[in-house]
Amino acid sequence: MSSLVSDKPKAQPARPYDGPPDYRVVGQHGMYPQLSHDEISRFNFLAHMNRHLSTQIMPGVKEAFDARVEPKFIATQGRGFKDRHEVRKALLKDPMFQWWSALRRATMETRQQAGRWVTLRQADHLNAKAKALTEHDQRLKLNPDLPLPRYVEAIDHHCMPGSYHTELAEGDVTGPCNYDIGIFATTGGMLGRYNDGGGQAIAAWVKEALPDLKPKRILDIGAGLGHNVVPIAQAFPEAEVVAVDVGAPMLRYGLARAKTMGVENITFVQGDVSDLSDLADESFDMIHSCMFLHETSYASMPKIFAETHRLLKPGGIVFHVEQPQYTPEMPLFEQAMRDWDAFYNNEPFWTKMHEVDLDSWMVAAGFAPDKLIHGGVAAVVDPDVFPQAAQDTKQEDYGRKAAWHVVGAVK
Amino acid sequence: MSKIDPLVLAGAKSKGKRPYFLDTDVERLTNIVLVLAQELAVVRERTDTLERLLEQSGVLTRQEIETFTPTKQQADERGAWTQEYLARVFRVLQQEREALQAQEASSEEVADELAKV
Repeated sequence: MSSLVSDKPKAQPARPYDGPPDYRVVGQHGMYPQLSHDEISRFNFLAHMNRHLSTQIMPGVKEAFDARVEPKFIATQGRGFKDRHEVRKALLKDPMFQWWSALRRATMETRQQAGRWVTLRQADHLNAKAKALTEHDQRLKLNPDLPLPRYVEAIDHHCMPGSYHTELAEGDVTGPCNYDIGIFATTGGMLGRYNDGGGQAIAAWVKEALPDLKPKRILDIGAGLGHNVVPIAQAFPEAEVVAVDVGAPMLRYGLARAKTMGVENITFVQGDVSDLSDLADESFDMIHSCMFLHETSYASMPKIFAETHRLLKPGGIVFHVEQPQYTPEMPLFEQAMRDWDAFYNNEPFWTKMHEVDLDSWMVAAGFAPDKLIHGGVAAVVDPDVFPQAAQDTKQEDYGRKAAWHVVGAVK
Repeated sequence: MSKIDPLVLAGAKSKGKRPYFLDTDVERLTNIVLVLAQELAVVRERTDTLERLLEQSGVLTRQEIETFTPTKQQADERGAWTQEYLARVFRVLQQEREALQAQEASSEEVADELAKV
């Protein structure tokens, strides 16, 4: 029997679903806060909002650039653009760029508020849980006297109120907890269950590029809350891993989080990575940073590279994972778009870091030119649940795509 | 009890001067509208959960919701709610209209007038 109206109609999607997964796929480690239905819905909305901005609205910026911004500039100036800053300043006058930017900034601020509400309303509980997990644990080495580098003190990175270091109460971990739970929304779900798509990609890359490397000691510089170092520690379970950051809340939360995930081989050390004199010369087989250099400064970068050279054993490997550098081959429009986070999402050094020749900086720090390494990695996620950056050719979310360059060296 | 007040601190400003891309009033309003859109999505998702749970527990089917036809009485009640709702939302325009019809002094002018001996 056929009937036009069945008793139990199946929902017919208007088009195949290609949006982010429901927030509930995010991994619930032991430091995860309690989230209500409404709080989860906010993150769902924000993940969709970011995806909508990058796939449906941002392409309009390029269309407007081609159709009117560039032609107008050429007509009035009698020449093309000289550099990415001229492009950005011309874009700032265009309504498509203005509206995309206003909404992107608003979405970031809304995401911060949504996550902070979750963590601050249960601050006492979260802080007590972190204390119970980290108190008297020798793997948490804090240094309350550490001066804050200017690059951290000057501005709250990615509009995260209080940045990596602020403590609203003794033993506070609400900042990193907010960071952790909201990455899903900021990336539209591109970094996987434990926001570790980057770290997993690094681990896979190292194993493929350097199959003989069996690191006994690994150093992660600018580790933050450790979401990228955990998969590396899991990939090298025999290794002793040291994760350094300036932010005490990040380290406290990082150790607690890692322990609840069953990862016991990471020591979290509070330090400024431009001076790690507490660590012995040639004591590491592998040193890396993941999306860290762009949050430092020209003054600290040579010191950081020099420290990695000093700390590395002969034959050891150092590498830095970042978004691609601005090269003459990269179109000025793309460079200008990639600068958005620098100027409008509190990542000021992003624009400066991406214009230098990292190879020459590495060589200046003592690495041999013929020992430099270059590669590329894309977020490794569970493809049944998460979108895969490597396969995603539709979404070019300038500077936020979950695919990165690797610059490094063997000592 | 914690001294952390989420109502104040959740929406704290991040350090660094905020850029504006549009007329600042338009952009402020855009931010407010975005959050209202977010909260609408929150309510919508909650309703969806509710419908699915009710269906799952056999209380109703979503087909019943889709084909629900209010009685005259129910439709009038719902219509009245919508009228009241719109009157609330667009109060400011109603008052603009009323102002067109009136020749009124400002409070400053009335105050000055009332202070005359």
